[in-house]
Amino acid sequence: MTEPLLRVEGLRVEFNLARGVLRAVDGASFEVRPGEALGIVGESGSGKTMALRALVRLLPPAASVTGGTVEIDGVDVTAASEGQRRELRGRTVSMIFQEPMTALNPVMRVGEQIAETPLVRLGLSRRAARGRALELMSLVGIPDPKRRSRAYPHELSGGLRQRVMIAIALSADPKLILCDEPTTALDVTIQDQILKLLGALQRDLGVSLVFVSHDLAVIAQTCTRVAVMYAGQVVETGTVDAVFHEPRHPYTLGLLRSVPDFDSVRDRLSSIPGAPPDLALPPAGCRFHPRCPFVQDDCVGAPIPLIDLRADGTEPVSDPTGVRHLSERATRCLYHERCAEDARREPVVARA
Amino acid sequence: MAVAAELVAEAQFVEHRRGFRRRWYRTPSFVAGVTILGLIVLAALAAPLITQHNPTDQDLLHTLAGPSRSHWLGTDELGRDVWSRLAYGARTDLRVAFLAVVFPFTIGTVLGLVSGYYGGWIDTTTNWLVNVVVAFPFYILIIALVFALGPGTRSIYIAITLVGWVSYTRIIRGEVLVAKRREYVLAARAAGLSDRRILFRHLLPNVVTQAIVFACSDVVLDILAIVTLGYLGLGVQPPTPDWGRMIADGQTFLTTHWELSTIPGIAIVITALGLSLLADGLADLLRPE
Repeated sequence: MTEPLLRVEGLRVEFNLARGVLRAVDGASFEVRPGEALGIVGESGSGKTMALRALVRLLPPAASVTGGTVEIDGVDVTAASEGQRRELRGRTVSMIFQEPMTALNPVMRVGEQIAETPLVRLGLSRRAARGRALELMSLVGIPDPKRRSRAYPHELSGGLRQRVMIAIALSADPKLILCDEPTTALDVTIQDQILKLLGALQRDLGVSLVFVSHDLAVIAQTCTRVAVMYAGQVVETGTVDAVFHEPRHPYTLGLLRSVPDFDSVRDRLSSIPGAPPDLALPPAGCRFHPRCPFVQDDCVGAPIPLIDLRADGTEPVSDPTGVRHLSERATRCLYHERCAEDARREPVVARA
Repeated sequence: MAVAAELVAEAQFVEHRRGFRRRWYRTPSFVAGVTILGLIVLAALAAPLITQHNPTDQDLLHTLAGPSRSHWLGTDELGRDVWSRLAYGARTDLRVAFLAVVFPFTIGTVLGLVSGYYGGWIDTTTNWLVNVVVAFPFYILIIALVFALGPGTRSIYIAITLVGWVSYTRIIRGEVLVAKRREYVLAARAAGLSDRRILFRHLLPNVVTQAIVFACSDVVLDILAIVTLGYLGLGVQPPTPDWGRMIADGQTFLTTHWELSTIPGIAIVITALGLSLLADGLADLLRPE
């Protein structure tokens, strides 16, 4: 197996708020190998965006990383100086944001914005950087790049703006692109185009993607593996196929069940009862237990570790450290068999 | 479907472009401001061409004369041509006022950028300095400083810079506090750009608008300050013509020759009006989409 490009172990991000410490990410662990696409899925406030921003240490002022290790391309980001981290940003890891209108500088021509990283970070000449910008614009499918490069962000459509963002992210040949809900602000047809573009770039250029989204369909379309986050923890990991066909955490099951299915129209859309917990005062034991349909007495006491599920899914082995060897299949549920059974009885994914 | 969407985007694209070019002369205050100021600047530049007399030449045989063919606005108590002094005075006052804005603008903007972006002790120190300066009334502080430094234009530049930077720092700092939370700053950091580049290439163009607009009204304040100093005898030194000195000199004859003080006064009002209109128009035009 190739060395992972990104290795995250036990990552913890805390907010220091007036009312106490809020643990936005609590022991998240995942890996991304070169050329692979990992999806991180979860509802609003599950800590997925903070986990992503913690990877390159671009957290809001009130937040800080309080534990865990992040290793990108052999560099330990946790131990690195700010200068080393800046060296990493743009060159090795770049980011694509949710709302391209606000993530692009409104008073700078888009061509200049794309050319900036090659100019500053790769040391290209002004002329070469401009040429590279035009090249990238055609690569991401922007028609008439010469003319568009002189446009300001507000003069472009949402889809074109997101293509510009992608061109910027690609401009210094990164190995890993972190995508923070890159299609949420777009309408469905444009969303599909952008996802196809990202998929093609991943295939053709061999970049790895970390794809944060609340949209299961988006994850299914772009990613090979998925990590499901709930209340700051990764509650289940595995290949997209395995997780979507045989979820082994009741939260994942609930998420999958709450996706509207147009093939079999139901009267009511099922949803997960209750609301996500307050992260300053998370529930004891399994964080999902107040909303779980399968809850048992021992779900409430001690915190639930990540349980490693062997590749064949037969012999679960509890991992005492709770963070290692999670590359294939793991869950944070003691009664994951019940989940799997339930999913087998009434399949959750009609089309993969 | 995709083709149609592209066509719509294309149409909007073209329209925005054309709209931008069309906008400036559809902003009446901008046009009026530019016209008024343009005429004054033109008159100042072309002063030797539009006047018949040297502004400092005395003609003691024709003092306090009324308007005539050779002296359009009459002469003052030393027989100097008022129209010439007005035109050459515009040269002095406009030059000093514009230069006196450049230094505080630059210093204040840089300090505002840095203190707003980094926060912490830099921000605390800057705010403390701002509060110290703001605690004094603007004119009193300038007059006291010029008095201490000795009369003359160099003192005016120094005094206005020492007092004027605070407004720019406050404006820019406030704008930066909002702008630095915008995602494009985060995106610039995610691209590994240096703080200096983020500050000057990304933040500055987004926040400088308000400072530019303020600078236009600041020129008015500075002209008034220069004129006040001239009136007090602390400003531009004679024989260089200057509107403030003209008002001060004419004051003695207010009951018999009221126009000697009033004419430069009107010139100041018109200049201030032009600058205010320009500031108004710029505020409209530079407002980000």
